[in-house]
Amino acid sequence: MSINFSTWFTPRTPLDKPSKRLLTFGSFAIPLLLWCLFSYAPFLWHPQVEITQSGGVSYFREGTLVDKEVFQKVVDKKVAENPGIDVSELPQGIPSNPVYLPAPHEVATAFYTAFTTPPKRSNEPWLHESLWHSIQVIAWGFFWAMLFGVPLGVLAGTYASASHIIEPFTEFFRYLPAPAFGALAVAILGIYDAPKIAIIFIGTFFQMVLIVAATTRKLNIALVEASLTLGCKGLRMIRRVILPGILPDLYRDMRILLGWAWTYLIVAELIGTSSGITWFITQQARYKNFDNVFAAILIIGIIGLVTDIILARLGKRLFPWHNSK
Amino acid sequence: MNSHPLNEWITPEIQDRNERILKRPPVLDIQKLHKSFEHKGKPVEVLREIDFTAYKREFICVVGPSGCGKSTLARLVAGLETIDDGQILMDGEAVKAPGPDRGMVFQSYSLFPWMTVKDNVMFGLVESGMSKLTAESEALQWIDLVGLEKFADSYPHQLSGGMKQRVAIIRALANQPKVLLMDEPFAALDPKNRLKMQQYLLEIWQNIDITIFFITHDLDEAIYLADRILVLDAHPGRVKEVVNVPLPRPREEETFLSPAFMATKVYLESLVHHEDEEVEDMEDKLKMVRMVSVNSDVPDIF
Repeated sequence: MSINFSTWFTPRTPLDKPSKRLLTFGSFAIPLLLWCLFSYAPFLWHPQVEITQSGGVSYFREGTLVDKEVFQKVVDKKVAENPGIDVSELPQGIPSNPVYLPAPHEVATAFYTAFTTPPKRSNEPWLHESLWHSIQVIAWGFFWAMLFGVPLGVLAGTYASASHIIEPFTEFFRYLPAPAFGALAVAILGIYDAPKIAIIFIGTFFQMVLIVAATTRKLNIALVEASLTLGCKGLRMIRRVILPGILPDLYRDMRILLGWAWTYLIVAELIGTSSGITWFITQQARYKNFDNVFAAILIIGIIGLVTDIILARLGKRLFPWHNSK
Repeated sequence: MNSHPLNEWITPEIQDRNERILKRPPVLDIQKLHKSFEHKGKPVEVLREIDFTAYKREFICVVGPSGCGKSTLARLVAGLETIDDGQILMDGEAVKAPGPDRGMVFQSYSLFPWMTVKDNVMFGLVESGMSKLTAESEALQWIDLVGLEKFADSYPHQLSGGMKQRVAIIRALANQPKVLLMDEPFAALDPKNRLKMQQYLLEIWQNIDITIFFITHDLDEAIYLADRILVLDAHPGRVKEVVNVPLPRPREEETFLSPAFMATKVYLESLVHHEDEEVEDMEDKLKMVRMVSVNSDVPDIF
């Protein structure tokens, strides 16, 4: 099969396989290429100069980054003071990007060394320990949100009465920003993991109730009516008809909400004693190891993407009847 | 009564059969039924004073123009809608909620997509408290009856439309209801499959103890299947007439071509399509006069 470009520009038309592969590749390759361009092409951006030779200027040290204008001013001044000066005695440097934009290869190295370098102080956790801690916080927060959110959502989607008692307040509460409860959570739950789990819970639970309720309402009413005429009702119907009927969509909702949980993680981990991957990021930013910061952010992205792909694959196997909808 | 246009087609045998039907015990008794819905804050009357009795093992079809509330009538009998006024008696007992004594087959395939054919048919049996093992063997018998034994472990999405409706029918029948309500069950099928399903249904009906209450907008279908046809009027839905179908049983494919069939159809059409639908027709007329043909190679298709 060859690439058929005309399908690229026809609305709502499926693509051929090579096109799909090419575009998926491009989706990652294009941002990476842009990053490479800005990092390796010295004429693009590069607003600073990395000093390679001080040229007798006291505050220029090898490896220091200075703004281009400052560098030029110093050089001009030097030339003005000693008109006959030899070029090799002037300060010299190469165009460079600020410290907060490390080049891809630096991040790639950091990605590897971050796991192999021991922490600066012996009581600090390794990167993989920080990560594991973060994953546990997410898992607990999401577990509690699911434990209460899914049943409430299903009830609200099934019974109009439940919907009216549950949804208005939930609708109101979901507009309250979860991080705003940080101080309160610390006051009530202490400074360790409990308030972090609470923030993730608050961030996902209220959305979850509403989304699950909407999903439940989308279940084909004919299935509910058919089960009624077959003598099934009440909680039995929820167990035998509604839950299995919405399960594939519920699963998809949970995948999406899990992504939200990750976004709340960073805020949650700043509350009380900073911990987990966020602690690692802030710590590295403090030491200006921005390559490590980028590596850590990348890790979060990769973990999120990989879990989502695994869950999507798993979903296809779990719900074979759902594919041919 | 003598002047009824269909009387000439009612042979003594048919007359005799009709009279015997009316002597059977009534199963479904609809009395002075009213139903309104709220639409944009205003109540809209859907059904007005419906009176009708269906007798044991009778095949009833309900026809009428769109908006006559025939679907609503079936849903009321099923207990899926609440009754405003009047009552519906099943074997003398008032209908209040859905129950397994009134099976229902919907137009949209309402099979549970996550269950195999066998599990779908077992569903009602298990709900009625039957053990899984007995339910399974009973379900398999039903599946066998409609020739789907090869598909017992298939999922609904693997079946054709006709097969799905066969499963839906036996799923309802497995519960041994007194009445089988069918709301345009074959409307989504192509004509060939529809005819096949109609024949299936007649065969099933002849062999088990069931009264069928069949909603349709297809007059051919109604005449082919029914003992009596309940013709409703629209806005609001009222009983226009109950027509005795002057066709002998068993009915074959040739039935569709018999003069009695034609005469019944002409008569039903005169009942169902009346003045107010013609008004709509006028609005639907294409305004072809305004079209100017340009450089057409074929100037006139006639």
